[in-house]
Amino acid sequence: MNFTLKVWRQDDAKDGGHLEKYQIEDIEPTCSFLEMMDILNEQLTEQNHEPVAFDSDCREGICGMCSMVINGQPHGPNDGTTTCQLYMRHFNDGDQITIEPWRSVAFPVVRDLVVDRSAFDRITQAGGYINVHSGPKPDPNSVPIEPDIAEEALDAACCIGCGACVAACPNGAAMLYTSAKVAHLGLLPQGQPERFERVQNMVHQMEDEGFGSCRNYAECEAACPKEISIKFIGKMNRDYLRSTLLLPVDRRGRMDSQ
Amino acid sequence: MDLDPKIPEAPIESMWDTHKEHMRLVGPRNRPNYKVIVVGTGLAGASAASSMAAMGYQVDAFCFQDSPRRAHSIAAQGGINASKDYRNDGDSTYRLFYDTQKGGDYRSREANVWRLAQLSTDIIDQAVAQGVPFAREYGGMLANRSFGGVLVERTFYCRGETGQQLLLGACSALANQIHAGGVTLHARKELLDVVVIDDRARGIVTRDLVTGAIESHAADAVVLATGGYSNVYYLSTNAKGCNVTATWRAHKRGAGFANPCYNQIHPTCIPVAGEHQAKLTLMSESLRNDGRIWVPRKPADQRNPADIPEADRYYYLEERYPRFGNLVPRDVASRNAKEVCDEKLGVGPSGLGVYLDFRDAIQDKGKTVIGGRYENLFTMYEKITGDNPWQSPMRIFPAPHYTMGGLWVDYNLMSNLSGLFAIGEANFSDHGANRLGASSMMQCLADGYFIIPLTIGDYLSRYPYGDVDTSHPAFADAEREVKGRMDHLMSIQGSETVESLHRELGRVMWDKCGIARNADGLQEALKKIPEIRDRFWNDLRITGSGQKLNQTLEHAGRLADFLEFSELMCRDALARDESCGCHFRDEHQTEEGEALRDDDNFSHVSVWEHQGTDKEPIMHKEPLSFEALPLAQRNYKT
Ligand SMILES: Cc1cc2nc3c(=O)[nH]c(=O)nc-3n(C[C@H](O)[C@H](O)[C@H](O)COP(=O)(O)OP(=O)(O)OC[C@H]3O[C@@H](n4cnc5c(N)ncnc54)[C@H](O)[C@@H]3O)c2cc1C
Ligand code: FES
Repeated sequence: MNFTLKVWRQDDAKDGGHLEKYQIEDIEPTCSFLEMMDILNEQLTEQNHEPVAFDSDCREGICGMCSMVINGQPHGPNDGTTTCQLYMRHFNDGDQITIEPWRSVAFPVVRDLVVDRSAFDRITQAGGYINVHSGPKPDPNSVPIEPDIAEEALDAACCIGCGACVAACPNGAAMLYTSAKVAHLGLLPQGQPERFERVQNMVHQMEDEGFGSCRNYAECEAACPKEISIKFIGKMNRDYLRSTLLLPVDRRGRMDSQ
Repeated sequence: MDLDPKIPEAPIESMWDTHKEHMRLVGPRNRPNYKVIVVGTGLAGASAASSMAAMGYQVDAFCFQDSPRRAHSIAAQGGINASKDYRNDGDSTYRLFYDTQKGGDYRSREANVWRLAQLSTDIIDQAVAQGVPFAREYGGMLANRSFGGVLVERTFYCRGETGQQLLLGACSALANQIHAGGVTLHARKELLDVVVIDDRARGIVTRDLVTGAIESHAADAVVLATGGYSNVYYLSTNAKGCNVTATWRAHKRGAGFANPCYNQIHPTCIPVAGEHQAKLTLMSESLRNDGRIWVPRKPADQRNPADIPEADRYYYLEERYPRFGNLVPRDVASRNAKEVCDEKLGVGPSGLGVYLDFRDAIQDKGKTVIGGRYENLFTMYEKITGDNPWQSPMRIFPAPHYTMGGLWVDYNLMSNLSGLFAIGEANFSDHGANRLGASSMMQCLADGYFIIPLTIGDYLSRYPYGDVDTSHPAFADAEREVKGRMDHLMSIQGSETVESLHRELGRVMWDKCGIARNADGLQEALKKIPEIRDRFWNDLRITGSGQKLNQTLEHAGRLADFLEFSELMCRDALARDESCGCHFRDEHQTEEGEALRDDDNFSHVSVWEHQGTDKEPIMHKEPLSFEALPLAQRNYKT
């Protein structure tokens, strides 16, 4: 198969960046999208040009590292699929394919298709955990958890943190990512003690990072390779509202200073 | 080389508890004065860094990905073992110890394996407390499944994404500690050297992968949790970035490398589709419960598999192993697949594949039953290959998967270099010559949550804190060496690419030091590897600059280390003139084609000491003793 690729090239965060056109030929339909990019990079190196920088690691849809906007769609045309799980047989011979990085103010481009997603990590650092030290714990069966609850928590917890939700959102909101973590921990009995504090801290961090606000476009759900439901956003909004009514102002601050 | 395993003087059942009671401690007020570097944020690294920071130590954590959560551990699927005995099927610490020791073909250190079995239950408690959503039964209790090589149900799981959930649990604890200020995170930074001063590890040198800056970091102790080296084969089930650099650099600075030739080849992976293939995907081993494995009897039979009549199908495992059939152990299944492909009976475009056929199972048991068991795996297979396993058989082939070898460590998980610790897949200690399913995550988390936080204190308490900083000349020397190596790589400006050379090394290793090895093949590999290495250093082409994000340069640095390490692997495989577990020497097999150990001569850990790049390394031996479980021929047949 032959393709015309238009690939975003950007030297570093300061560079303006532009789309560059490449022809690529004799690609096997069994080739994955990223293997096609590997072949392009081999070609570029042989021609003494710089290869296209892009992130990937596991190449099986679980690490959340790969991140390409393909013909305008984060992770390309297929539902429930990461970029690394796309195969060239999903395209037509002769197609022109445009490949760009995630676009969001909160995810600055590092180089070519590589972006900086550390804003996601900082949201998690603000509260996406249960405070426990390592050491002896009660037997887990002493707190039974309904299988449906455990499964629903897992539906949220399976987020791979790739950022496609942000890239897909016309407003660049990070609600699906944040709500998935809030819902995962908020559904479980272990997550109750910090539930309302958690949602406050994570939402505030999300706002501070410069992500947009949610206008219910639902593009995030459509782009999510793990098909995480926007119902979790509703859950988070409810928890957030409750938390503003429940929480004494600056409780964490006072606790930390004790 | 001092290889005292420091096994405590106590009966094995109470050894760890006795040891804990006698270890030296660092008091809570003193801990913030000590700095510990943890390289790697997989299950081992994230659990270690967060646990130590929560105790009060200052921790610097490093990973080469953009976020700690993306470590290769995220990809583990099936589950994690613990001898909880929730199923009331007679499980116990002893039984888990027994299974692991036997599974490893009696090539591990009993004391460590016992402790691993003992700590397994605490890991589940810890993970649940962190919010890991393990599968539950209707009554709300934790669910279990069973895994290869054992007769009890002790595996805990979260669908097919247990590694992801356990890692997110450990990384959430890490996030908590980053927020609290106990951990400083250094993402997209790669360790390129270990700094050793007066025989003590005192820091590391890293490269910032975004800016290319070479930086020094000093600490009171260094913990390597950098994973395994299956990517020496180029194609493996590991993530693309997995490498041997950290442990190899430590080795070159004096740390012993143990059992490098022990690596596990997993029998059920999706075969190579073509030259372009960049990595291989694992399919769950459970498929062998219902799938029948076969190849056409005639070489190069081009017929559609559905059109090949029964008489022309060679169900080679069922014929060769009538009692175990398709459920022979991993290593036997892998070796037989290779053999039939060597006989040109393999299927698929490359001829490197065998059929795993569900036709009969679907007929006998019905679509609903088979769907209930394997639906998600069938979908995953179809997503990758475009073929539908409901209609035509799957094609599978073995692939490198896990490396049991690693840095030599004592009972405290410290290498022979003072202050240099190795945990998780990066060390050698618990799986002998073969690892059983669902036991790697168990080891990573036992090391990280429960062992290192205590043993590190025992070490640190012996030294004053902060007695070395990066102004020591050893750091400047190491930085200069690293810079020199990077500049050299950029300056070669030859014609061959890193990818093509890595593929070439991978093929040599797969052919000569893969599923089965023999002396001639290993000798040949030992000639070929230096040739590839020469071409690498003289004819490599990297474009771009070393002062920016340059993924080719990153890959080149890792390949440079694989090109040295692979030689040690072959040497070790050659020196171990017996078969054991996954190390199968053609020369040593039973009549049934099973690995034949030579306990009189090889009941030891082979620990290699580096002598210089072009000099032969020296092998030392740590003798193994078998007191809790006497030696026996491994037998899965009766
Ligand atoms: C497909 C698959 C399925 C598996 N399924 C199971 C299972 O069901 N059960 C089970 O028990 N095991 C399973 N395993 C094995 C298990 O996942 C691994 O052995 C384990 O996760 C290794 O963890 P680790 O913490 O030692 O290292 P890793 O998770 O590999 O982490 C290594 C870390 O080190 C960092 N690093 C490496 N080199 C450097 C460097 N030079 N500089 C800086 N940082 C560096 C990386 O960034 C990363 O953070 C599976 C493995 C695979 C491949
Ligand atoms: S590379 Fe890991 S999800 Fe795509």
